Amino acid sequence: MDLKEFIPQKLREKIPDILFKENVYRDELTITFDKQNIQPVCKFLKEDPELEFLLCEDITAVDWAKRTNRFTVVYHIFSLKLKTRLCLKCDVDESDCKIDTVTSVWRTANWHEREVFDMYGIRFNNHPDLRRIYMPEYFEYHPLRKDFPLMGIPGSLSLPKK
Amino acid sequence: MERIIKDEVPTEILKALFQVDSTVQIDDVLENEMVLNMGPQHPATHGVLRLLLRLDGETVIACVPEVGYLHRGYEKMAENMTYYEYIPHTDRLDYLAPLSNNVGWVLAVEKLAGIEAPPRAQYIRMLIAELSRIASHLVAIGALAMDVGALTVFLWTLREREKILDIWDILCGARFTNTYTRIGGVANDIQPEAIAKAKWFIDQFDPNLEECEKLINTNKIFIKRLEGIGIASREDALSLGLTGPNLRASGVEFDLRRATPYLCYNDIDFNIPVYTEGDSLARYFVRVDEARESAKIAKQVLEKMPQGETLANNPKRVLPKKTEIYTKMEELIHDFMIVNFGINPPVGDIYSAIENPKGELGFYLVSNGEGHPWKCKIRSPSFINIQSLPLLITGHMVSDVVAIIGSIDPVMGEADK
Repeated sequence: MDLKEFIPQKLREKIPDILFKENVYRDELTITFDKQNIQPVCKFLKEDPELEFLLCEDITAVDWAKRTNRFTVVYHIFSLKLKTRLCLKCDVDESDCKIDTVTSVWRTANWHEREVFDMYGIRFNNHPDLRRIYMPEYFEYHPLRKDFPLMGIPGSLSLPKK
Repeated sequence: MERIIKDEVPTEILKALFQVDSTVQIDDVLENEMVLNMGPQHPATHGVLRLLLRLDGETVIACVPEVGYLHRGYEKMAENMTYYEYIPHTDRLDYLAPLSNNVGWVLAVEKLAGIEAPPRAQYIRMLIAELSRIASHLVAIGALAMDVGALTVFLWTLREREKILDIWDILCGARFTNTYTRIGGVANDIQPEAIAKAKWFIDQFDPNLEECEKLINTNKIFIKRLEGIGIASREDALSLGLTGPNLRASGVEFDLRRATPYLCYNDIDFNIPVYTEGDSLARYFVRVDEARESAKIAKQVLEKMPQGETLANNPKRVLPKKTEIYTKMEELIHDFMIVNFGINPPVGDIYSAIENPKGELGFYLVSNGEGHPWKCKIRSPSFINIQSLPLLITGHMVSDVVAIIGSIDPVMGEADK
């Protein structure tokens, strides 16, 4: 069976109480579901002997600016066994700007999630070390949000003391 | 060394020592932990990487890497410029292999916009990607040797790298920030002189690399400084998301050129060097072997390179040739539209990754149908490789920190984006 049908079917079989939506664009499989389920789904995808998504390549977020669910957190994971990439998406709203961490599943998620927090201000529940990664600790804004101006905000970064 | 207590120091010396008001107390340093700040300006951190080390004597018991000193906001900038305008910026990510980044970016944009480059352009891209892999690994090998005290290797590997830069010079007129690829192809066809020079380089590369290897491979100091230092087990390496040579040194045979073939890597015969030790020495060996394999690939690419166009025929998305812009109306209009409004890929999002010298370089692009990307995420390998430093460094001596950073081979331009 084609992998693009096999993976969603397997997910529905094993975790029947979660609603999965799948989408194939440019030969890439994307699976969308509710953000509460991110941890169990990732754990299953990593540990299932037929899937083995051992490598978490990337975690990022998209700011849709004017949508109801303002952010989408995007995970790209790779299975060495099936030689295939899978994209997971969870919507996060600005009023409840939180999602569970997947650091316990892939340790590499630590810095990816710190970057998302730094750039978009999405908090990750139970993250072991949720600090800003690029910007200084005292910085108040989240630069990759669409309402942050390209030229920056004057005075938001202090110059070093002489 | 014996412990000195206050009573043992002659009073005259003590007086001289404490002439200036100070809160320093003479104490046994080996009994106290201390925090050592390394970087961001430090010759051995390969850029502006800052490490905070908690030391017990000379042993590192904890390490916190700090990045962001070179953060230029390339992801934000990408959202405010067209896909074409962004090509020169990719040069500045991994500045030791700019052409490889160029290839990664245009492949991502082509996937998003549904363009396919003609075969000759794809072969040229493979050639430049492999040669820049060699160029990048030569710096990595040389710098690692220099970090552990062998300066000659650095000079010799840079001599080899210089020859590759000469090829770039002929190919696109620039030695470092090349900006050679274009969406749908490459800027210009490869010149016969560049091909001749590349052929000459590949023929003389193997013996020269061997010469460099002979300097260090049997050198006791070099081996002792690297063997068993900074071990990442297979599970750790995968869990920490290491990619590229660092992952293959830990016994995982994962190479995107094989796992998700792009360009024409399917037609090429090459091996993926894998070592199982996972220590700094294995990472060095993987790089040397990979440089050899890349030369092999480049040789095959030169043999198999087909004739033909180097730009796709897609007037709405691909910039026309300069001579045509000046002589034909249609081309002039398309050039104006592409430069001013961009190539407007259809609404959608894609992730495209290539095997860069440092690891997996991925671009996640979201298009809302306009000329500028709605979002561009750069998955930079160095950023993730640096994340593994605490695991590798903890338990080793301060002097090993330098060797481990060298063996991980981070480039801060890429890690900080």
